[in-house]
Amino acid sequence: MSIPFPANAPRSRIADAGPWRAALRRLRGNRTSMISLGVLVLLVLAALFAPVLAPYGPNAQPDIVGLVRLRPSFAHPFGTDIFSRDVLSRVIYGSRISLGVATLAILLAMSVGTAYGAIAGFAGGVVDAIMMRIIDAMLAVPRILILLLALALSGGISLPMLVVVLGLTGWFGTSRLVRERVRALSRQDFATAAVALGARDARVLWRHVLPNALSPVIVAATLGIGNVIVLEAALSYLGIGVRPPHASWGNIIQDGADHISSAWWIALFPGLAMLVTVIAFNLLGDGLRDALDPRDDGRP
Amino acid sequence: MRRLLAARAAQAVVVVLIVATVVFALTHFAPGDPFAAAVESGNMRPAQRDALRAQYGFDRPIPVQYAMYVRNLARGDLGWSFSRSRPVAATIATAVPNTLLLMATALLLSLALGVGAGLLQAARRDSIADRGSSALLLVFYSMPDFWLALMMVLAFAYALPIFPVSGMVDPVMHEYLGTWGRVVDRVRHLVLPATTLTLLLTAAVARHQRASLLDAARADFTRTARAKGLSAGEVLLRHTLRNSLGTTITLVGLMFPALLGGAVLVETVFGWPGMGQLATSAITTRDYSLITATAIISAVMTVTGSTIADVLTAIADPRMRDR
Repeated sequence: MSIPFPANAPRSRIADAGPWRAALRRLRGNRTSMISLGVLVLLVLAALFAPVLAPYGPNAQPDIVGLVRLRPSFAHPFGTDIFSRDVLSRVIYGSRISLGVATLAILLAMSVGTAYGAIAGFAGGVVDAIMMRIIDAMLAVPRILILLLALALSGGISLPMLVVVLGLTGWFGTSRLVRERVRALSRQDFATAAVALGARDARVLWRHVLPNALSPVIVAATLGIGNVIVLEAALSYLGIGVRPPHASWGNIIQDGADHISSAWWIALFPGLAMLVTVIAFNLLGDGLRDALDPRDDGRP
Repeated sequence: MRRLLAARAAQAVVVVLIVATVVFALTHFAPGDPFAAAVESGNMRPAQRDALRAQYGFDRPIPVQYAMYVRNLARGDLGWSFSRSRPVAATIATAVPNTLLLMATALLLSLALGVGAGLLQAARRDSIADRGSSALLLVFYSMPDFWLALMMVLAFAYALPIFPVSGMVDPVMHEYLGTWGRVVDRVRHLVLPATTLTLLLTAAVARHQRASLLDAARADFTRTARAKGLSAGEVLLRHTLRNSLGTTITLVGLMFPALLGGAVLVETVFGWPGMGQLATSAITTRDYSLITATAIISAVMTVTGSTIADVLTAIADPRMRDR
């Protein structure tokens, strides 16, 4: 159902006034966010073009006796590890796993969280109360412990399963955000109007309420990616996340942890890569929040 | 106040019961059982496994097992730890105080530092000091906990050997020290893990404190206080800060799971004999009853933490008492 524009209405101005476009304009005006976005684009490009960029293969062991634990130098800017592998190349290849796993896990988490929160918020009453008590309970256990439990029980885990486990433990907070938004929105006039026009519940939720509830999800997803990158690294560091021979930032740090007194560079550089990535996601998330939630635009 | 406490206690029981149920479901619907690894490695014959399964009740129907499990939990019986050859409850009882010591130290320090930093930032909003410290706090906010712990070890235990690498006391000398020497030994071991956690937490507290102070600075009561003729500093300390502290206490309650999660990794890196180290070592030894118990106990700790936070908020803010 679309209402044609009056012939004399300036179409572009109406489009410009759309909230998403306005948010995008505010985001473009935020220098910190744009720099962060630039850093993230570079990181993604580095991950995509890893075979071109990395000076060595991630698992190449050129000389297991002579080239072991070399300090950072021109030939090996991040040094070499205890198997003579080039740490820079491993960090570049590791970004594929770290970024890929985190992005997919966040997509899964946000989908599940949005669906769960929308159902709870729209249903209300007893259903809502029960669904939200379950969320309270899941939020009461540190996520790392739920992950440890799930991973320990499955004993050795493939990459796709790691994505699923990280995704399925990361949606509780999001579902709360969405539920609150949906509850508030479905009481507003435009939702009532849609009901009055004869729209079924599913349509009201999908076409009218959900699109307006999405902005906190986008912010949560951006801030959440950094979180998942760190969690995946922590699991890999504990030896139950990404397993060798796949290089991930976490398991490179694990390789370095045992030799931290003699070869600090192995653990230092993947951690710095992770730090830069997480800072960029956090700054972009902060910028997105300011852009999407203009209530807070610099009033004194 | 009494009604609030009763309501929160009832909620706490429900939350812990749900956690226990989810943990039960995870352990019982996942493939394999606690003895699968032993059978695969050839250390246990299938017949032995069946005997053990019968002994521990794993061959009974799931609802019966669930009923037994809940009954045992209600009695405080957390099962038997295979890897440590002692009751799980006893193992956890020795670990919990160590974790609480670490967490309480970090929590108190980071509250003081975080509120202080937020206050300075909000007082000089958008100054160089505000921007610089915000940037620094964001770096710590984004820092992977276990990596920061490793870097602390690298910097202050190896490069500058000021503090011990790991543990809670000196494994050899502690026995021979006097009372005062023992206290010093413990504190020396506490410094690095507590500092690591404090740095991570301070960042979260300060970020929140700054935002909530700036929110409160916009409120009508702040303008009224200024209109009465109070100085900006007086208003900040006596009105704005007081009003923003309520949300900070709530935040700390909400941060409890993250704090406990951070403690898991920090304890692992520093070999601190608390809940976190217990959990990770339970994973490597596949000690199922110990793993499930750590999840349940941390839920209990979280719920207790958020209840305390609610009560403190109610004491600080009478409006919250009737909610």
